[in-house]
Amino acid sequence: MGLTGLEIFKQLPKTNCKDCGHPTCLAFAMAMAAGKASLDQCPHVSEAAKEALGAASAPPMALVKIGTGEKELQLGNETVLFRHDKRFENPTGIAITVSDAASEEEIAARVAQINKLSFERVGQIHHVNLVAVVNDSGSADKFATAAKVAAANTQYPLILVTDDAAAMEKALEAVGNQKPLLCGASAGNYEAMTALAKKYDAPLVVRGADLNELAELVEKVVAQGHKKLILDSGAREVHRVLADQTQLRRQALKRFRPFGYPTITFVTGEDPVQAVLDAAVYICKYAGIVVLPSADPADILPLITLRLNIYTDPQKPIAVEPKVYEIGTPGPNAPVFVTTNFSLTYFCVAGDVEASRVPSYIIAVDTDGLSVLTAWAAGKLTSEKIADMLKNTGIADKVSHRKVIIPGGVAVLSGKLAELSGWEVLVGPRESSAIPSFLKQRWSA
Amino acid sequence: MAVTIAKERWTNRVAEVVLGVEPKVVKIGGEGTLPFLHFEGEMPNRPAVALEVWDMEPTTWPEILTKHYAGVLGDPAAWAKKCVEYGADLVCLTLASAHPDNKNSSPEECAQVAKTVAEAVDVPLIVLGCGVEEKDAQVLEKVAEALSGRNCLLGLATQENYRTITAACMVYGHNVIASTPLDINLEKQLNILITEMNMAPNRIVIDPSVAALGYGIEYAYSIIERTRIGALTGDKMMAMPVICILGPEVWKQKEAKSTTEEAPDWGDQERRAILWETVSAVALAQAGGSLFVLRHPESLRQFKAHIEKLMQPNVY
Repeated sequence: MGLTGLEIFKQLPKTNCKDCGHPTCLAFAMAMAAGKASLDQCPHVSEAAKEALGAASAPPMALVKIGTGEKELQLGNETVLFRHDKRFENPTGIAITVSDAASEEEIAARVAQINKLSFERVGQIHHVNLVAVVNDSGSADKFATAAKVAAANTQYPLILVTDDAAAMEKALEAVGNQKPLLCGASAGNYEAMTALAKKYDAPLVVRGADLNELAELVEKVVAQGHKKLILDSGAREVHRVLADQTQLRRQALKRFRPFGYPTITFVTGEDPVQAVLDAAVYICKYAGIVVLPSADPADILPLITLRLNIYTDPQKPIAVEPKVYEIGTPGPNAPVFVTTNFSLTYFCVAGDVEASRVPSYIIAVDTDGLSVLTAWAAGKLTSEKIADMLKNTGIADKVSHRKVIIPGGVAVLSGKLAELSGWEVLVGPRESSAIPSFLKQRWSA
Repeated sequence: MAVTIAKERWTNRVAEVVLGVEPKVVKIGGEGTLPFLHFEGEMPNRPAVALEVWDMEPTTWPEILTKHYAGVLGDPAAWAKKCVEYGADLVCLTLASAHPDNKNSSPEECAQVAKTVAEAVDVPLIVLGCGVEEKDAQVLEKVAEALSGRNCLLGLATQENYRTITAACMVYGHNVIASTPLDINLEKQLNILITEMNMAPNRIVIDPSVAALGYGIEYAYSIIERTRIGALTGDKMMAMPVICILGPEVWKQKEAKSTTEEAPDWGDQERRAILWETVSAVALAQAGGSLFVLRHPESLRQFKAHIEKLMQPNVY
């Protein structure tokens, strides 16, 4: 969402001097809007215009980093409202709370529990990102101790949650060099909090009572010279948070500067299941960070999976590794299925094979992540490729039979595949959902 | 500093579909904005939620699910009553027994079951076939006749069998589910084909073929989101409410089926399974789903409580 040619034109000298190589200032402005020319080609442009145009060509949302080292978290740089327009860039950071009212042992145990919230999916490890230390005790010393214990027990960056600048200062003395997120500045304390954030060069949450106050506070903090910010609109009820998150993203994309930063959301309330559902909304709808009170894997696995799904690049089909997969513990008489390595296709087949309760092998052929019929049409799912996989993956040593089941949609491959591989080719169903009944009726090794 | 609230000016709204008969009608659709953005436009109807009933005892449902329907799994009418007791807005009857791999029940037998279920409850009925397109056409034709005048929602009508099913819905006063496999162009095309048979657009519900969390939900999410934006920007052939038949998708996944002992790192099975189903529903509600089919009664309760919160006004 750059500036239009006319908006740029207004800032130019309008002398049509041709020094930039374009016939008129308007032509130059249009070329800039299209990204084909840059402002430094004009030797006569004023400083004021440079500033105005420079700021306008900056990305709509700042990139903000929390923590240091391997587990550093990057947020922001978002450019769209809907994932299908391009993609969502930096996945929502999931933060789990630790109360400083607990004992040191309890805090260490809680952090250990948080460290375990790590799951393998599609061959990658997905985990939570932040530990939020909350100053429930009201004591600055306890807060500092809790922050220190948490930092000593985890690699994840910390969020220091307190409105008390004195407590924040104490905690920063202990963990400030790890660039935690300060949470944070509000109308009553922003001067002190901003000074601390500047001193430690750490990111800072700015919280307003509503959107108007938030915009005001951000301007004051920026005027004080700090720009590593995370926005909190103050809303905590899901219907209001959804509205505010939508506004913050829309305003950022419209280049309303005070809102050009990532956001933070908090789930509150008594019912732990409702808390997870609220968090799911925030992952779908623009939250940079979501802070949760639960460290139960049953609560966190669905959220981490949702985040993975929503932040998948829609323009890049995700592929699984092309290899032989085992469903259950297949023996020498187990069926052998062939499908493509498009993750959705593979997961459908794997899910339905699993549903059949017959332990099986699935060969995912490398089709560059295309589905069965698309891959076949593009010449990426061929008899040669399947025969090659049957020969070179060691599957022939794993099973004693020589029967391979291919997708019903590519029945046409069966003759040539039988000829090339020497295996008997069974044509499976067109839809993977029919695999359980197919096995019941047709399979015997 | 006063922030100027950014509002889209949408030119069209989603059609409102009325299901069932008074006094228990359920209205879905009618949205004039993106989901739950009450500050921008109207959302006259909250998303409605159905629970599934089968016409035969399911063999693959895990115990954490079947225990809530103990004693009624072999009796569709009693099962349907149980669903209403649990707070279901609608009952979704799946005629699984019609499948050639199951009992291969005849269309007449299926119609009889559908009638018994319809008489047992007063909430609107969704009736789904067994998924074999040819058989479903025969079955749903008889079902439509047996449920004449009850204003049910029948499906799935696909590119292969929509003619028979749509015609039956028109003759006997029902609504139709237009189902396509995760493809927005095919989705629109089927809506056009069905309306060309003179079916009113406000009697069609879109089934984009949803997937569960972790198994391709992002495809459904974006298709539903694009469908809603299409509707709001004036494409009448995308302006139908969307049904998300999540139960069958969620409950075949290992995250719902693995016991606490089998997957100790994933936490308690029932909590995890309920969240797998509910988080799937929450995400698709944010994309623009208007009607949901779930299986676990606690999923229903939690999802409805969540929707209740989101239906509160958020006008600035």
